[in-house]
Amino acid sequence: MSDVEFRMPSLGADMDVGTLVEWLVKPGDRVTRGQVVAVVETQKGAIDVEIFDEGEIVELLLQPVVEVPVGTALAIYRKPGDESAKAPPATSAPVLPATPVAAIAPQPTSAPVAAPRGAVKAAPRARKLAEQLGVDLAQVVGSGPDGSITGDDVERAAAARTKGPPSGMRQAIAAAMTRSKHEIPHYYLLHTLDLDPALVWLEARNRERPIAARLLPIVLLVRAVALALLDHRQLSGHVRDGTFVPGAGINVGLAVSLRDGGLVNPALHDADRGTLDELMARIADVGQRARSGGLRASELSAATITVTSLGERGVDAVLPIIHPPQVAIVGFGSMRVRPWVDDGRIVPRRLVEASLAADHRVSDGHAGARFLAQIDRLLHTPEAL
Amino acid sequence: MSVQTKVHSIIARVAPNADLDGLRGDENLRDELDLDSMDFLNILIAIAQELNVEIPEHDYGAVRTLDDLIEYVEHHRDAD
Repeated sequence: MSDVEFRMPSLGADMDVGTLVEWLVKPGDRVTRGQVVAVVETQKGAIDVEIFDEGEIVELLLQPVVEVPVGTALAIYRKPGDESAKAPPATSAPVLPATPVAAIAPQPTSAPVAAPRGAVKAAPRARKLAEQLGVDLAQVVGSGPDGSITGDDVERAAAARTKGPPSGMRQAIAAAMTRSKHEIPHYYLLHTLDLDPALVWLEARNRERPIAARLLPIVLLVRAVALALLDHRQLSGHVRDGTFVPGAGINVGLAVSLRDGGLVNPALHDADRGTLDELMARIADVGQRARSGGLRASELSAATITVTSLGERGVDAVLPIIHPPQVAIVGFGSMRVRPWVDDGRIVPRRLVEASLAADHRVSDGHAGARFLAQIDRLLHTPEAL
Repeated sequence: MSVQTKVHSIIARVAPNADLDGLRGDENLRDELDLDSMDFLNILIAIAQELNVEIPEHDYGAVRTLDDLIEYVEHHRDAD
């Protein structure tokens, strides 16, 4: 057996290139399956890239900082027990020419390739204005205390900017959502969930535990979606080259809004398994890393369905857009106390609007309706989640 | 370190992009700083660990603003 090429992975449906910014291994290092070996900058920020094999690094073919197309060979590694040091790499695809970042013509009004991984200090008013005016805070020089960005800074930046391409992340989102709307025939279903039984159970449970062990309602929602998918696999998977491939596991992508604008969708692998405490810890972890940097390649490309919860933003319901190549997305709106009929009586209940958008090439409304109904049933027995 | 200073530093750690200098104490903290439920819980966990005041869920309505939060923590610290 010959040596194997480690290639630039695709980290999203519309990712064509990635920028290698750091190697975390060197020739001679032994690597194991799942080990993070490099940091790659994409339109969605800095991503930790794992290797899904074990072996020894033989050669780093490219050095940071360099932008290359997806599929470009980045390094050579040797699998254990393979002594054929002089054999050619296992894959026959040519090494594509690399484009050093310095050779790319600078775009004065475009965001840098390296999406901000650290904090951009800005006053609350400045953030709101930036969102309203479409100003990238990473491009604004702050005049406030300690260099923080004020509302006046944002207004000046908005007035002074020339027409130019949107930020990298906005381009990625635009491309993915445009592709989704062009290629995926969406159908939409809405269903009102009575969350009261689940929340009463949750509150009682939280009262018995220290604050650090509290669960949030989103954990119950994600777990209910994951368990329901076990009986509705046609809603969990990918369409590739016109063919639906069900996901091997139930990997729920969680839509995470970034404070500087933008959206990432890290996957919670096997969200149907483990305890609720474990799921809560995982949600907290990916949420924190989504905002501060440090998401892994496997988390960006593995989701078989997405859950988006905009309830905390005050909207009643979400009509979401499927993230290609996935085939469905579940939305949750705000939890509100509303009148509800229970056993012939009108009672106040905490209700949530659940929505499903699904690919009509793969499933029909009947299946989608049964899926939402099952989520509803699961949330009525929270102790079994 | 005063409770106010400590609470400010906790919030700044949880929401590092926010500038608390521009935040009015009587405004809804979560709306103004765009904090989700996870951020809010993390703030309360830090307050419990560093200021020894654990805020139960049924009191969340009493700590919607920064001023309310600081007052609550000060009151319950003094009561201990």
